[in-house]
Amino acid sequence: MSLLSVQNLCVNYDSIRAVKGINFEVQQGETVCLIGANGAGKTTTLKTLSGLLPATSGDILFDGKRLNGMPAYQIATLNLALVPEGRGIFTRMTVLENLLMGAYNRTDRAAVQREIDDIYTLLPRLAERHQQQAGLLSGGEQQMLALARAMLSKPKLLMLDEPSMGLAPIMVQTVYGIIQTIAKQGITILLVEQNVRLALGISQRGYVMEHGEITLSGASHTLANDPAVQAAYLGEL
Amino acid sequence: MNVLDTLTGKAKSRVWLTAALLLLGLVLLPFLVEASLGKSWVRIIDLALLYIMLALGLNIVVGYAGLLDLGYVAFYAVGAYCWALLASPQFGLNLPFWIILPAGAAIAALFGVLLGTPTLRLRGDYLAIVTLGFGEIIRIFINNLNAPINITNGPQGITLIEPMSIFGFSLGKTQDVLGLTLSSPHLYYYLFLLCVALVVFVCVRLENSRIGRAWVAIREDEMAAAAAGINTRNIKLLAFAMGATFGGLSGGLFASFQGFVSPESFNLMESIMILSMIVLGGMGNIPGVILGAILVTVIPEALRYTGDLQRVLFGQVYIDPADLRMLLFGIALVMMMLFRPAGLLPSKQRKREFAEDAA
Repeated sequence: MSLLSVQNLCVNYDSIRAVKGINFEVQQGETVCLIGANGAGKTTTLKTLSGLLPATSGDILFDGKRLNGMPAYQIATLNLALVPEGRGIFTRMTVLENLLMGAYNRTDRAAVQREIDDIYTLLPRLAERHQQQAGLLSGGEQQMLALARAMLSKPKLLMLDEPSMGLAPIMVQTVYGIIQTIAKQGITILLVEQNVRLALGISQRGYVMEHGEITLSGASHTLANDPAVQAAYLGEL
Repeated sequence: MNVLDTLTGKAKSRVWLTAALLLLGLVLLPFLVEASLGKSWVRIIDLALLYIMLALGLNIVVGYAGLLDLGYVAFYAVGAYCWALLASPQFGLNLPFWIILPAGAAIAALFGVLLGTPTLRLRGDYLAIVTLGFGEIIRIFINNLNAPINITNGPQGITLIEPMSIFGFSLGKTQDVLGLTLSSPHLYYYLFLLCVALVVFVCVRLENSRIGRAWVAIREDEMAAAAAGINTRNIKLLAFAMGATFGGLSGGLFASFQGFVSPESFNLMESIMILSMIVLGGMGNIPGVILGAILVTVIPEALRYTGDLQRVLFGQVYIDPADLRMLLFGIALVMMMLFRPAGLLPSKQRKREFAEDAA
């Protein structure tokens, strides 16, 4: 059985149909990407999965449970973590306070402290600035913080919404390096990206979304060689 | 983690010494005030203590959770009327304080949830307008609840309210304690001081708790807070309920202290005064809020003396002290906005926020 299974999911904003009956699955341990242009419904899909938007119809099954109608905070306790678009950092809290928010629903304080120490070893930039206001970090550092915060919730599935958005190319490299490190630890990842080349580069499978529908799916390397994908998203003729 | 653990022996004893001196000062304060400024000033510091409790309560809602509440005085009114109705000739009841105070606080908390539930989706200006309306509704309700059945006695208010009596020891009359003769305002001073200490303790614990962090998170980014696993609805309602509880508690104490309540005491201006205590002192910072509450209660009283001063200097009163109060208050608020927008003693967090806005 797959870790996440989305069946005929529809999401409407009032009368606008943003997601029109999509189906996809994520297996335990794999990295799956959801790619497509602006306005295709990718972010809407992620927000619906994490309970921030209500599903109009269809089913969301995660780890054997049906998520439809569940409030966001309950979904978060099922270890489904979202790193939202624009990072969702609490800019006026310190770096450390932000990290602690990731462990909000955990009671094993000693383990949380250990994991925070591990994060500081892995990402020394965050350690240097752990008492600083998170809003003063650079975009890349904020993205690292957002990833670290999500990891502290011990996710079974980590959903990333446009982690490369607004970052300098060198930072994009670093952030994607971290995402790959996370994936190697065996964490299942659902990655939403407009930067199709990057996303296909680190994932095993991909789904292409257009106007609220999934139009294409398959192994990432197959998608990368697909003439339609190349023409539409990779700028090759 | 205990802060004292991190200090060396010498520093530790200094902390204890400071605490002991502060305690001694607070115990002696009413005597010093009475000797230097007169009897009426003991009542004024009693009121200042009540306002500290109110301001700390509102600070939970506004300072921590970031929900602008302009109708806070409604909870004060609920607590005060709860005491007034249960311990006065109005219904011929005289229940003991350990029933009325918790009941008043609980009913106020209920009203807090009642106000919070329909306003969960509102923020900023919109929330301010609804809470302002709520405050007025409660006041007008109390004002008109003398017909068809007379419950609140309407605009005349309720008189002859029983003073606080702790297991037969009445705070309403002069008592001899340990060879000292203490008048009623003195006795209330110690009671209020104890209550303020309790409220401060609860606030400090809340501030550094998981709940406190959740409030800050909601204030910053509600969606990210929900995604982090915070039950935003309950945590917001908790802020309203906690704030209202302190309001209700202060209300009950106020009624017993004053012996008289009327709807007039709970108008919009009162809500605004409590809010300005917080803004003036430093939103979200406990020492700041306490300072703000003291200043806003004590300064207007001190300004009364300017009437006498004018008479001595000029032979007549040119500016009515009451007008001077509003004038100075206005100037003070403008000055604050210009020079210390985060308050006199801002919290670290707020300082950061204002620094960021300026940048």
